[in-house]
Amino acid sequence: MTEAQRLESVDILVNMGPQHPSTHGVFRMVLWVDGERIVDCDPHIGYLHRGSEKLSEGELYSQIITLFDRLDYIGNFNTELAFVGAVEKLMNLAVPERAEYIRVILCELNRISSHMLFYGTMGLDAGAMTPIMYGFRERERIQNLFEAVTGARMMHNYFRIGGLREEPPDDFVARVRGVLPAIEQGIEEGDRLLTYNEVFLARSRGIGVLSGQEALDYGLTGPSLRASGIPDDIRAIEPYSIYDRFDFDIPIGENGDTWDRYAMRVEEMRQSVKIVKQALEQMPESGPIKAQVRGIPRPPKGEAYFRAENPRGEIGVYLVSDGGDKPYRLKIRPPSFANLQALRPMLRNTYVADAVMVLGSLDIVLGEVDR
Amino acid sequence: MFNALKGMLVTLSTTLRKPVTAQYPKQHLPLQERQWGFPALTWDGEVGEPYCVGCMVCVRMCPTQCMSGTMIDNPKHAEGESTRRKIIGDFEINLGRCILCGICVEVCNFDAIEMSHEHEISHYARNGRRVDLPMLLDMGVKYQQESNWIPPTKKKAAVAAAAKAAAEGGAPAAEAEAGEDTAEKESEA
Repeated sequence: MTEAQRLESVDILVNMGPQHPSTHGVFRMVLWVDGERIVDCDPHIGYLHRGSEKLSEGELYSQIITLFDRLDYIGNFNTELAFVGAVEKLMNLAVPERAEYIRVILCELNRISSHMLFYGTMGLDAGAMTPIMYGFRERERIQNLFEAVTGARMMHNYFRIGGLREEPPDDFVARVRGVLPAIEQGIEEGDRLLTYNEVFLARSRGIGVLSGQEALDYGLTGPSLRASGIPDDIRAIEPYSIYDRFDFDIPIGENGDTWDRYAMRVEEMRQSVKIVKQALEQMPESGPIKAQVRGIPRPPKGEAYFRAENPRGEIGVYLVSDGGDKPYRLKIRPPSFANLQALRPMLRNTYVADAVMVLGSLDIVLGEVDR
Repeated sequence: MFNALKGMLVTLSTTLRKPVTAQYPKQHLPLQERQWGFPALTWDGEVGEPYCVGCMVCVRMCPTQCMSGTMIDNPKHAEGESTRRKIIGDFEINLGRCILCGICVEVCNFDAIEMSHEHEISHYARNGRRVDLPMLLDMGVKYQQESNWIPPTKKKAAVAAAAKAAAEGGAPAAEAEAGEDTAEKESEA
């Protein structure tokens, strides 16, 4: 063995996960590291696979909503909306106005609560312990509101094909109005606490950079794509439900780094508050909340693709019906799964200490990645 | 440096405020009125039997197949005490399987099943969370008392009647009307 061969460095294989506290679920990364530098990364998924798509083929349409609750378990309302939206599109159903407004209010509040969780865990990933306390405090207000409306804090099962399950409580509008100023204050407070903190900036600026073209190539959607400077938001470019009636901005980033992906979500929370306020003003005070649908809906033979803007990106539901009470095939296009593709190019040539931050900035939910 | 100080100010401003957390096992936060616990069967106090007639629609519609039950002839109907021809014989819910989706409550035509406020049911035994009819009825009765339960199908009428009675200044008529529900149900069965 020559001297050169003896001193040659080899890449070391490091396993992270699935039981790693910072991987946001059961996610495993196999890293090849050269000293502190990451040479390559191999993501392993599937630990939370429940076969939601196949299970859907054996369940009635009304039962599938419960499966969708459990896909993206942080943005439940948004995920439910994607499914009922697809069935309504196939059945050509008109949803009552009031139901649409309540749906939008709940979805946007859900987006805030999801981003609040992201804000907290992002702080944790960077080593800051305080933000999660603030994030959860604000999240709690929204969750209590959800509990008052639907009875459940997370698995709501509240949206129905053609409307909603039941009328929200009488004080619904007053409660939403009451909770909004507190949330707004919480967003600003959190923003002051973390966003421009020097340590946080040093940890996140210029880390895990993804250019706009790369982001498009990898199929990124949602805030992660917008951070790379592409103004792509389904609520604006292809408005579903009643999103064309609201005035809101789409924040876009400049560099596509970890900090940009974080800042997008903070800004999005403000925009969501804006949408909720407009919706509360426009919402009709009374009216039906469910269209006339048979007890067991049977969409006509055919297929439909419906896409919606989840807190994490574009969720697509491709539904094929053979005219029966159960779908023939249901394909879910989950945003987190596609966003996770970009992890490998983002991690190359970063340091091991930043791996968790880069992963955290994608804001994945494993229930959705593994389905 | 300046921004880090700004962050410290946020922390400082919240040090003196009241905590929002509760010390869970010792301290419970109040439940919302609609809070969903595990499903329970309701008790018809006027006749002294469950509302459930054992039609099994909840069993069929449950996404996780966590329920099972049997329907029997109602002995009280033969004696003329009850208008329910059939009644639930025995019923079991495996609460370990229940996903709290509320579909059973939604499909029930007889106001017989409700989401109770029961949510702390941890058990050491493997099958300790399988609950049978008497336990389900206990949970139901507790819930009915806690929430001043009115059968959902009668709720609208009861609320209207109460409002009317309040407007007239007379005695509340809601109680009397709530009892006349059984005849209608039997025809559905």
